[in-house]
Amino acid sequence: MTPLLQVRNIEKRYGARIGCADVSFDLYPGEVLGIVGESGSGKSTLLNCLAGHLAPDQGEVIFDTRADGPRDVRQMPEAERRMLSRTDWAFVHQNPRDGLRMRVSAGGNVGERLMAVGARHYGDIRETAGEWLTKVEIDTARMDDRPSAFSGGMQQRLQIARNLVTGPRLVFMDEPTGGLDVSVQARLLDLLRGLVRRMGLSAIIVTHDLAVVRLLADRLMVMKSGHVVETGLTDQVLDDPQHAYTQLLVSSVLQV
Amino acid sequence: MSYNFAYLDEQTKRMIRRAILKGVAIPGYQVPFASREMPMPYGWGTGGVQVSAACLTPDDVFKVIDQGADDTTNAVSIRRFFEKTAGVAVTESTAEATVIQTRHRIPETPLRADQILIYQVPIPEPLRFLEPRETETRKMHGLEEYGLMHVKLYEDIARHGEIATAYAYPVKVEDRYVMDPSPIPKFDNPKLESPALQLFGAGREQRIYALPPYTKVVSLDFEDYPFDPSKAHHPCALCGAEDSYLDEVIVDDAGGRMFVCSDTDYCAGRLTQERPHDPAFASTQY
Repeated sequence: MTPLLQVRNIEKRYGARIGCADVSFDLYPGEVLGIVGESGSGKSTLLNCLAGHLAPDQGEVIFDTRADGPRDVRQMPEAERRMLSRTDWAFVHQNPRDGLRMRVSAGGNVGERLMAVGARHYGDIRETAGEWLTKVEIDTARMDDRPSAFSGGMQQRLQIARNLVTGPRLVFMDEPTGGLDVSVQARLLDLLRGLVRRMGLSAIIVTHDLAVVRLLADRLMVMKSGHVVETGLTDQVLDDPQHAYTQLLVSSVLQV
Repeated sequence: MSYNFAYLDEQTKRMIRRAILKGVAIPGYQVPFASREMPMPYGWGTGGVQVSAACLTPDDVFKVIDQGADDTTNAVSIRRFFEKTAGVAVTESTAEATVIQTRHRIPETPLRADQILIYQVPIPEPLRFLEPRETETRKMHGLEEYGLMHVKLYEDIARHGEIATAYAYPVKVEDRYVMDPSPIPKFDNPKLESPALQLFGAGREQRIYALPPYTKVVSLDFEDYPFDPSKAHHPCALCGAEDSYLDEVIVDDAGGRMFVCSDTDYCAGRLTQERPHDPAFASTQY
């Protein structure tokens, strides 16, 4: 089986300081990879390099495109890369305000990607948007409300709907549950898990919340100071941590 | 005191003509140009005036309209400006004019291939209110990413039940660039496909763009909400025209109103045809 995404020796430096270095991994279709680590460990830098928001200093990001098979995303023309990022890719920001258009109604937010790939039938766009709002448990009666009138959890769910509406194959998530209270987090995780499994999505989830990866991720990558210090199956890494930092991370979780 | 012909110096006019030529070569593309300060405030047509200055020749007959009218402050002062600085003949008749500068209207009388229509443009970027970053909008034009334009129309329908954008209605030019036709009513949009050369000047924003004759111009819409070049459902109260764009005029404090042609030359022309000997309707000659 061809990996959906092959990452080879990605390195990003901020001047003399290392953002992330020497990161390589394969992501197979339907697989969810969790990236954990403390603040400043380079996980967001890595995610942004992979998603094309930052240009890595070296390395390859090879994506298995629908049309031409595996191709290095960094060598693609910008038009193609941006097309990819609004069709086959999705990016869920930590702060929904970064990923939503706050002055556009919920329906318009979900419909934007459809219109960006050429949908020109208002009725159809609206129907699809309605279906997706239902899928993420937002009442369709709120379809014409702006996201600014939504609660934090609803905004995050709306952002997810807006990203998944074009049926992407790879979803990047940057702390998708950050800033939400625990009960809302739990529901969001439940929803995400359902969507990921049902749609057979591949996902890369950056988080510092081990509960999130325990629930969602098949495999885990632990980062520290820009380097990957440990990888493995999620349960394996969490239940039998080998690296000193991973042991610290796992033992830091409060048991209620 | 004497001016160089049409106020601007020759080098500036050459610079503007180069921008115009580039604009004509790439219909709908906004060409940056080194806009000069003009002796009028921004928002009064500084872009249009500079394009007019670069286009005028001593043989031209110049006409200026403001919202269709020849006799409003803006139109009168720009017409006087070129009368004084270029010494060109001026007219109120659309048919007689060779260069027409306009603010927010296209004349009702069909234009000909030997005429140039010059628009005053306040905000040339159709994506501006959707995407505030200029770097981003340029990229969107470059990569032909215009989905956002339809998001605006979607919002209109979701909120008002129809596409409520009534002026500055976005168009796609030659299947490539999305263009703001300046704040003309959408009633005028079908007239953008014209035998005349159309030039757009934005002075403050320092952009020039163009529609060469017979360029394909399509107003954006949805399949199930097609573009509708609507106007007030009345005949003109003065000349009775049913095919012209109308202004609503409040006539008293009791809610009285009348609908009259916004194109004063068109209206006056119809009235003189009807009553050729009534001096009240003879169009003014300068």
